[in-house]
Amino acid sequence: MASYKTNEFKGGLKILLDGDPYSIVENEFVKPGKGQAFSRVKIKNLKTGRVVERTFKSGDSVEAADVLDTDLQYLYNDGELWHFMHPETFEQLTADETAIGEAAKWIREQDICAVTLYNGQPLSVEAPNFVVLKITETDPGLKGDTSGGGGKPATLETGAVVSVPLFVQIDELIKVDTRTGSYVSRAKEE
Amino acid sequence: MSADSIVADWRPSATLEVLAARARMLAQIRAFFLERQVMEVETPLLSRHGVTDPALESLRLERAGIGGARWLHTSPEFPMKRLLAAGSGPIFQICKVFRDDERGRRHHPEFTLLEWYRPGLAMHALMDEVAALVRCVLHRQDLAMQRIAYRDLFCSRLGLDPWSASPDARREAAIRRQVPGAAMLDLDADGWLDLLLSHCLEPGLGQDAMSFVYDYPPSQAALARIRDDARPVAERFELYINGMELANGFQELTDAAEQRRRFERDLDDRRGRSQAPVPMDEPFLSALAAGMPETTGVALGLDRLLMIAVGATQIDQVLAFPVERA
Repeated sequence: MASYKTNEFKGGLKILLDGDPYSIVENEFVKPGKGQAFSRVKIKNLKTGRVVERTFKSGDSVEAADVLDTDLQYLYNDGELWHFMHPETFEQLTADETAIGEAAKWIREQDICAVTLYNGQPLSVEAPNFVVLKITETDPGLKGDTSGGGGKPATLETGAVVSVPLFVQIDELIKVDTRTGSYVSRAKEE
Repeated sequence: MSADSIVADWRPSATLEVLAARARMLAQIRAFFLERQVMEVETPLLSRHGVTDPALESLRLERAGIGGARWLHTSPEFPMKRLLAAGSGPIFQICKVFRDDERGRRHHPEFTLLEWYRPGLAMHALMDEVAALVRCVLHRQDLAMQRIAYRDLFCSRLGLDPWSASPDARREAAIRRQVPGAAMLDLDADGWLDLLLSHCLEPGLGQDAMSFVYDYPPSQAALARIRDDARPVAERFELYINGMELANGFQELTDAAEQRRRFERDLDDRRGRSQAPVPMDEPFLSALAAGMPETTGVALGLDRLLMIAVGATQIDQVLAFPVERA
């Protein structure tokens, strides 16, 4: 099994601790005038997203986590699992509810998603930062209101609900920022 | 690498104002020692011997043109002591030193050290001289000076006696002070003290003052003489300003046999930790055997002193070209 020494620590490095994969967020080298040196790291648990701190003795080794970031194409949801395909090898992988997380609200079949694989299996899925989706349900707004002063809820084709300006209508396409879940603009078919 | 970062890479990481402050600092230090009749010396950076201390890793070069294996020094201590034994009298040196595997906000694998020796001067008098030099470089004649014994520091701040506390008590103190991951660390007795000092005590030392910590546990003597009090102490001190360690000094060990035992113990430790062996400095041991005068000595990191002088938070702000763009 591959491992890293503390002098290889840097942001983004993926390590295995207590059976969980972590990504190093920040590494600080701490050493008294003479004597034992330490690496004080901030690490993010890739399963839970929690950031914790740990202290390592300089020279210690930590097991590398088999974590890989890759782009996969979303195929379909079978009611329980989300199916993805590697665009070049055509290998198919499935993500469960934990791995898909918030991304489930935004992705459409055929979309390319950034997927983090752990031991070859999807650990987390990120929707593209911006998606274009069709409105399937919203109250008819007031005619002629183009000020965007007010807002109303709109249900999108993926089931997500976002707040949109009053002038936006059913069957229109809108652009959404998936990081904040907010409406950006009306959009045209790509 | 993008075109932008290639363009950025040729530029110094320190501002020209900081580099000018560095030049002034070097001139001030030379004037300080000239006035006190301490002679400036130069000794080799490349040596046939390395440093045995397991906490220091020397960089090694092996080329036929320089006669085989050579080590870049981690401090000029051994050859400077050979000069003392040869009768040099008080001496100082400003030089680059090299330490492998040390890189961080306050660490750089190559840095500038000021080291000086004062035959006949007692340890507390040398601390006074260090304080005078720092006040001179920082233009802060009002900068307060504090002294605290290592044991008093641990007893008062952590409720832990470093001479008698069990390894478990040391670990518990680190857990109580919420050092992250302390429960999982596997350290020896001195490792725990180093952890507590660097993580829990150092950040609070020397707040807008010079804090001198002195009289270390004998297990941390390094090259200091051990004073045989009822509770033996290593006659060693460190200076801290704004939570940063700046200098380390000793009442120097002059006993050649004891020095050889310490080197051998270091080499045993290195073997136990699978660290590279290094040849101990025999000419230095011969100099001690021939007779080195009773002396104190201190090494002070000039990059860090400059950080304080210009208010920098990262060592890269005071270096023209850090290692990544050297």
